[in-house]
Amino acid sequence: MTTAILEERKDQIHRTGQGDIDIACNRESLAGAVSQRACVFCGSRVVLYPIADALHLVHGPIGCAVYTWDIRGALSSGPELHRMSFSTDLQEVDVIFGGEKKLEAALDELIDRHSPKAAFVYSTCIVGIIGDDLEAVCRQMSAKKGIPVLPVMSEGFKGSKREGYMAACKAMFKLVGTEDISDVSPISVNILGDFNLAGEIWIIREYFRRMGVEVVANITGDGRVRDVGRSHGAALNLVQCSGATLDLAKMMEEKYGKSYIRVSYLGIEDMADSLYQVADFFKDIDPDIVKRTEDLVKEELSKLMPEVARYRKDLEGKKVAMYVGGSFKAFSLLKAFRHLGMKVVMVGSQTGTKEDYAELERISDPGTILVDDANPLELSAFIKEKDVDLFVGGVKERPIAYKLGVGFCDHNHERKEALEGFEGMLNFAREVHSSVMSPVWSFVPRRANKINTIEKGAGNE
Amino acid sequence: MLLRHTPTEVTERKALMINPAKTCQPIGAMYAALGIHGCLPHSHGSQGCCSYHRSTLTRHYKEPVPAATSSFTEGASVFGGQANLLQAIENIFTVYEPEVIAVHTTCLSETIGDDLKQIAHKAERDGKIPEGKYVIGAPTPSYVGSHVTGFSNMVKSMAQLATPGTPKNGKVNIIPGWVEPSDMKEIKRLASMMDIKITLFPDTSGVLDAPLTGEYKMFPEGGVTIKELKDAGGATGTLALGEWCSADAARWLDSKCKVPCTVLDMPFGLTATDRFVDVLRTVAGVSVPDSIANERGQLVDLISDMHQYFYGKKVAIFGDPDQLISMCEFLRSIDMIPVHVITGTPGKAFEKRIKEITADMPGEVNVKAKGDIFQLHQWIKNEPVDLLIGNTYGKYVARDEDIPFLRWGFPILDRQGHQYFPTAGYKGGLRLLESILNLLLDRKDRDDPEETFELVL
Repeated sequence: MTTAILEERKDQIHRTGQGDIDIACNRESLAGAVSQRACVFCGSRVVLYPIADALHLVHGPIGCAVYTWDIRGALSSGPELHRMSFSTDLQEVDVIFGGEKKLEAALDELIDRHSPKAAFVYSTCIVGIIGDDLEAVCRQMSAKKGIPVLPVMSEGFKGSKREGYMAACKAMFKLVGTEDISDVSPISVNILGDFNLAGEIWIIREYFRRMGVEVVANITGDGRVRDVGRSHGAALNLVQCSGATLDLAKMMEEKYGKSYIRVSYLGIEDMADSLYQVADFFKDIDPDIVKRTEDLVKEELSKLMPEVARYRKDLEGKKVAMYVGGSFKAFSLLKAFRHLGMKVVMVGSQTGTKEDYAELERISDPGTILVDDANPLELSAFIKEKDVDLFVGGVKERPIAYKLGVGFCDHNHERKEALEGFEGMLNFAREVHSSVMSPVWSFVPRRANKINTIEKGAGNE
Repeated sequence: MLLRHTPTEVTERKALMINPAKTCQPIGAMYAALGIHGCLPHSHGSQGCCSYHRSTLTRHYKEPVPAATSSFTEGASVFGGQANLLQAIENIFTVYEPEVIAVHTTCLSETIGDDLKQIAHKAERDGKIPEGKYVIGAPTPSYVGSHVTGFSNMVKSMAQLATPGTPKNGKVNIIPGWVEPSDMKEIKRLASMMDIKITLFPDTSGVLDAPLTGEYKMFPEGGVTIKELKDAGGATGTLALGEWCSADAARWLDSKCKVPCTVLDMPFGLTATDRFVDVLRTVAGVSVPDSIANERGQLVDLISDMHQYFYGKKVAIFGDPDQLISMCEFLRSIDMIPVHVITGTPGKAFEKRIKEITADMPGEVNVKAKGDIFQLHQWIKNEPVDLLIGNTYGKYVARDEDIPFLRWGFPILDRQGHQYFPTAGYKGGLRLLESILNLLLDRKDRDDPEETFELVL
């Protein structure tokens, strides 16, 4: 099959070094696209569901609840209520006569049985169409049960995941400011935009503990309702991940005057830089914090670097293509791959913004393909054109990479290893090494010759 | 205790599902459509639906699952999705070049009242469907039935490609229902052993079990062709395997194309496979070869060898109606006791069938259609079992209650093999027995005190 790229898609693809970048992004996917994107509801659900002591009720037909049932390994150190799947399972009769009564009954029963600290009620496409008054039902149940019952206005058709992040932030913001903050330390932060996949937030929290910084709220990995309620007490918000929780930080800035910085815990520079930024913020009230942070980074690096060097030896010069959700992650990954001696030749994103792509253009090597909202044929064509050794993506991309005989690293929902922090960098190196260097690719017809020739060549040197 | 929030006490619930044992229609339509050669499934709704179905199918098969979406937006949901679908059809044929686009609706497009037939006609009139290519469609409102209903609806749309008045071609239509590619292959193998020409639809073998070649093919080799579907109207008869999955399509062929249909249980286990082989033989007018009798004999042989280990073991099982009916019958054949049986799919007829199948059991079966895993878990807490059978979502219960767990059904997100090794037919029965035995005997070996731990079992 030819790699037909629709005329309409051409301005969503850019090759670095070929004129000024003006990538078209943040626009609706073409109808008929085999798009890798998801919907508003998906965005809201993945952001909120790690709040483990809240009830998460999906108001809609059964599918919306099933497909988001425990799909990310968002770990909790306590309650596991978030790993249950609750749905009003709307039926035809509800679509005709409205689902409010059913929703009320469901909340009534669930709140009594599970005594959650708060309830999030997610709206879905169909609820937006039939016009159930979610806000009224939630208000009423909240008054009846004495806990926050929060509507999440996440009708799927209202956009992509990005709009879902916004709906989630709006819902969470209603919790902020509901708890006492008199015992919060002046040297304190909230961790925003981390979902504790594979326990990553625990690694980051440990760094802050060593630095002497109190973490008030995890938003939302291993999250708790009460913590979100007192998160306005923290002196600084640390926002990771492109879009997911940035809106919440902005809302807190506006209402509570709390500043925020954008951070990344992926890769060596970005991790260290994030910690230094925090130290810098608090150095006036705690001058020693800078030294403590430097010591921490030094100690971690001295453990890490010799280990990474071992993997780098094999990975030097290998080529990487990546397709991520938010492109913010791509910045960190690009740098992380440089530490492994690897060359990033393609970067794609589901929800990148103009600024994101401009930054990518700036930091990537000439000739790198930048693409917004790609489809499998395009991805497959780029992988072959650039002859990549590793593809970084999510669940739908994995088998495509494998079919092409290319290694894969899941940097998305389904990562099984913690990839954040300094120790995460080592896990990352190991994971990349395990896939790129796997003997399986030498059995794949398309790549077998090339791999065998290279190995032979290396042996002769 | 991942499900520590599940209390033992069972209370009446009316308004909600907890830990569902079903999902919504469109994913069934998507799976069925993948069983057509060169077909790109298309989801007429928001982007999320399509993404979820693809992800779930990908996790189950570890294969790329292409499908397109109408990418509904606020505008489409107010003014209708016709413009989106027309543009989609044009784009898909230009970029991805499939033979067929199989459109299914979603709750959104159903509720705003999009009419697939009318839109497809318009696409045809406007010349958006290239010569020799097809657009088929199935209504799959997510708020009716379950994923099984959606599968059945798409299979019915496939049947509707058959042309009434097609000359008799001596072939037999087999509608396998929602089974794995490996099971479809097994059904084809049994038919070919009997030297019977069949049209199997849908047929996902060769599609979702494709080899790694170093190339990405959006449309692998397998799948039933449009030509075969058109010719289905000239078949000698149709075997519909499973009332829920396959009967509608078969009945349509019966009434519109005068192809007589027989609705059977899915051929899982000994007796259901017996009936399948017997009806197939009768419809095609052939006799059963020794090679098949031999396979049957091997299955009975293994049951006899190990029957004491199955005796009286209690089982909790959840899944889809057609599969559960055959499996419960098989469990009874090997003297196991399915005490708790749940499907998420609605249908009182299911409860009735399960009660009939289990009528000779000591004690009455707990059975529920439109049930959920939360309820199953509560039943298990009240009456413990020796084995749990179900899709991957059962692993929470299995872990919490420490029960041996056989993954069987859809979706399986954490184990492999279902694509390659059938559980249908006599050979499939052997595999089921092996899996059950391994679980029971591993448990025995683990739990037996040292003095009674035995080498030979």
